Amino acid sequence: MTDQTASLASFTGEEAQKKLRKRHRAERRFRAYGVAAILFALAFLVFLFTSIFSQGWSAFLQTSIKLPVEFSQDVINPSGNPDAEDEIFRANYVKLARAALYKQLGIDAEDRKVRRDANKLLSRGVDVQLRDMVLRDPSIIGKTEDVWLLASDDADALLKGSIDRKTPSDRRAVNDQQVAWIDQLVDKGDMEKRFNTGLFVNGASSNPETAGLGVALIGSFFMMLTVVLLAVPLGVCAALYLEEYAPKGKISDTIEVNINNLAAVPSIVFGLLGLAVFINFFGLPRSASLVGGLVLTLMTLPTIIITTRAAIRAVPPSIREAALGVGASKMQLIGHHVLPLSLPGILTGTIIGLVQALGETAPLLMIGMVAFVVEYPTTPLDPATGLPVQIYMWASSAERGFVERTAGATMVLLAFLIVMNSLAVYLRNKFERKW
Amino acid sequence: MSSLTILAILIGAGVLAYFIGRMRSIQTCGGQQQNLHSRPSYHGYYLAILTALPAIILLAVWGIAERPLTRYVAMQELPAKVLQGSDAEKALTMSVVDTIAEGLPQLSPEEYEVLRKARYGFVTTSDARDVLARHGVVLGSDPDRSLLAAADELASRAEPAGSRCRSACFALAALGFVWGYSRIRPELRARNIVERVMRGGLFLASTVAVLTTVGIVLSVLFETIHFFQFVSPFDFLFGTVWDPRFATVGKAEGQFGLLPLLWGTLFISAVALLVAVPVGLFAAIYMSEYAGSKVRAFAKPVLEILAGIPTIVYGFFALSVFGPLLRDLGFNIGLEISASSVLTAGIVMGVMIIPFVSSLSDDIINAVPQSLREGSYGLGATQSETIKKVILPAALPGIVGAVLLAASRAIGETMIVVLAAGIAANLTLNPLEPVTTITVKIVSQLTGDLEFNSPQTLVAFALGLTLFIITLALNVYALYIVRKYREQYE
Repeated sequence: MTDQTASLASFTGEEAQKKLRKRHRAERRFRAYGVAAILFALAFLVFLFTSIFSQGWSAFLQTSIKLPVEFSQDVINPSGNPDAEDEIFRANYVKLARAALYKQLGIDAEDRKVRRDANKLLSRGVDVQLRDMVLRDPSIIGKTEDVWLLASDDADALLKGSIDRKTPSDRRAVNDQQVAWIDQLVDKGDMEKRFNTGLFVNGASSNPETAGLGVALIGSFFMMLTVVLLAVPLGVCAALYLEEYAPKGKISDTIEVNINNLAAVPSIVFGLLGLAVFINFFGLPRSASLVGGLVLTLMTLPTIIITTRAAIRAVPPSIREAALGVGASKMQLIGHHVLPLSLPGILTGTIIGLVQALGETAPLLMIGMVAFVVEYPTTPLDPATGLPVQIYMWASSAERGFVERTAGATMVLLAFLIVMNSLAVYLRNKFERKW
Repeated sequence: MSSLTILAILIGAGVLAYFIGRMRSIQTCGGQQQNLHSRPSYHGYYLAILTALPAIILLAVWGIAERPLTRYVAMQELPAKVLQGSDAEKALTMSVVDTIAEGLPQLSPEEYEVLRKARYGFVTTSDARDVLARHGVVLGSDPDRSLLAAADELASRAEPAGSRCRSACFALAALGFVWGYSRIRPELRARNIVERVMRGGLFLASTVAVLTTVGIVLSVLFETIHFFQFVSPFDFLFGTVWDPRFATVGKAEGQFGLLPLLWGTLFISAVALLVAVPVGLFAAIYMSEYAGSKVRAFAKPVLEILAGIPTIVYGFFALSVFGPLLRDLGFNIGLEISASSVLTAGIVMGVMIIPFVSSLSDDIINAVPQSLREGSYGLGATQSETIKKVILPAALPGIVGAVLLAASRAIGETMIVVLAAGIAANLTLNPLEPVTTITVKIVSQLTGDLEFNSPQTLVAFALGLTLFIITLALNVYALYIVRKYREQYE
């Protein structure tokens, strides 16, 4: 009897209550760790996105100056022969832009120091801008037109607030005189931030204000095209063989283990493979998007095989048996039933593989995609860069203007990935079939 | 005519053959399709395969063999001294030959004549050099006659051999078509043949993955052996100084000690795991044991987004935001933290691999049988006690597997460390200082101008092999553990 009361007391007594409270506290603490872990991940994600967006949004705007440029015949085409393309091509367009600027600012064109200060307001890319206008429409020669010309990196930075006006003039990238001019232009509405189409169409440049993603976007497009054309058929065929035909045994086990391991091989090793095999052995050109596409194909193949196999496995046995029952051969079963039914799954897997390929950088560094390419590549064999490689190259350059561009390019890359992922989710939800 | 054009023509011929085969099969049975063993379209496929496939295979074989073969022929022209020399010397000589051979097609017939004369010693080779220089082929010194001979062979052999191969392709296609056409009759088991070929194709596709692995191993191993001809494996594996110097052909002046790089890699990975394992594990526990379906539906995608962000974005974030932030923080509390410290790269990388830990751990915790949980609750344990004393011990092997997979990711990760870790190889224990990693050095040794015969370049492959072996060992072991664990509860 006493034993029982004693043991009962050990569950209800003060001591026991205290112990219970302690256990419950431990329980709450443990639970809080879990919440904290998820909040940590979430907070980091939010921090990452906001810091990139806050740095990058301004890259989509670029400061330009509106100047009445006189396309003087004497400077552009002194010979008067409209067919003298070489002459038009080599003309001193910078002079035209500067003359217009001096007039607009109302400054003395004789004073060299003043002139030099004023010149620094214009981008070094204005000559290409004006030349392209003339080449597009030669009838412009001899006329005066209002043109929005790119402002220099420093003027752009001042307008975007990344140069502090309070720093003393001699330690600032733009001096007081230049600040006054800029304010004067802005007040008149002749200088403003406009949408930066150059970011999407220009090629490589050493001046931040004229550097763009044009070549990188085309290179990435070629690479994705190669991946779609090669990795998808190969991956689907491999998955079909492994699911439908492969006899359970040593060979299929080897292939299976192999695919799983291949999915976890560091991406940079694929780059070494590409360098040694495609470039050194087969002699394909360096920096070509075809080589990049081939390397990315090998890299995404495991992903596509694994997701396709899952999709094929989800086709219910009843359908297979019905098809075989009415006399279809195995190949007809696959072609008429298994493939069409697993198509949504395959599509989703393909998009996931493409997302992975689009963001991959390391193997592309190995095969020389880190290149200064100004001209658009017209075939996959031409030198090109890729979107993530361009981010890497800009991230490694020192100029202030490139930091903004890097963040801007990152936003473009993330936008592509978000669109592709949403597409995958949408397709999965729309076509998902519960058997 | 490029190989691509030929391929397009062959495919076009195949499509044409398909329709002809179809028609022919209907013709042979006199429109009575029920008399055919296979349906007409299979006869079409049969003819298309016979027409296009052998020719395409020949084309592919030629495409692969062309370069090594012509180079081998050209190499026979080189003097015996070069042929008996080391691989590096041979490759160096061949690169000069390649340069000359690339210039040859641009020469006018008269200029080419000068070169031919130089080859046989009628004019001096410096004349040939001048001719070549006019077309942008600049040579460092007057080429040896044997070099000109080899280049001439290379350029002149490649073209006729290629055109012979093209004719062979077309002949093969025509032959296949005629033979296949003559065999089409109602009792031909076309479907069975076509399906067998398709099955073969599927099998070949599934071997690509294996071939890739073999390719990785062979290519990296081959170049590594090449590297070990310059630097002894012992110096590489146990050297404590990494100082490769500049690329000077054929000379191993620098020191290529792996240890500082390996240490840096492991150090950063360890910091990453210190972040990722607790966060990932607690997130997994919370999601599988506590969270309601709504929280789960929100938290799981959040973690998956972390895995979906490209590593270059993490790298840029670490470089431009997180590194400076950490440095300023350290400055405020009186610590000197380098902007590219172990901590910067490690923490950002840790966040990147959280999802690798959490999603696999989540699966594994979910796989622990419900009976174990209920037994524990029945004895009066709280939820956390059940998790700590019952579920985690039961899931431990699987979780270890997940952590090992995450570790392998961290070790092979490139872009974060390339941008955010240091470049100097330090053997330091201080997490506030920069270290460098294997992947960083692979990138830095292989970008820029490449001279393929210097240890400075080849060392990248030795590093790649090291990386491959480490990650492969981790992966195989982790997958083995996870698989074994799954079987335990099935």
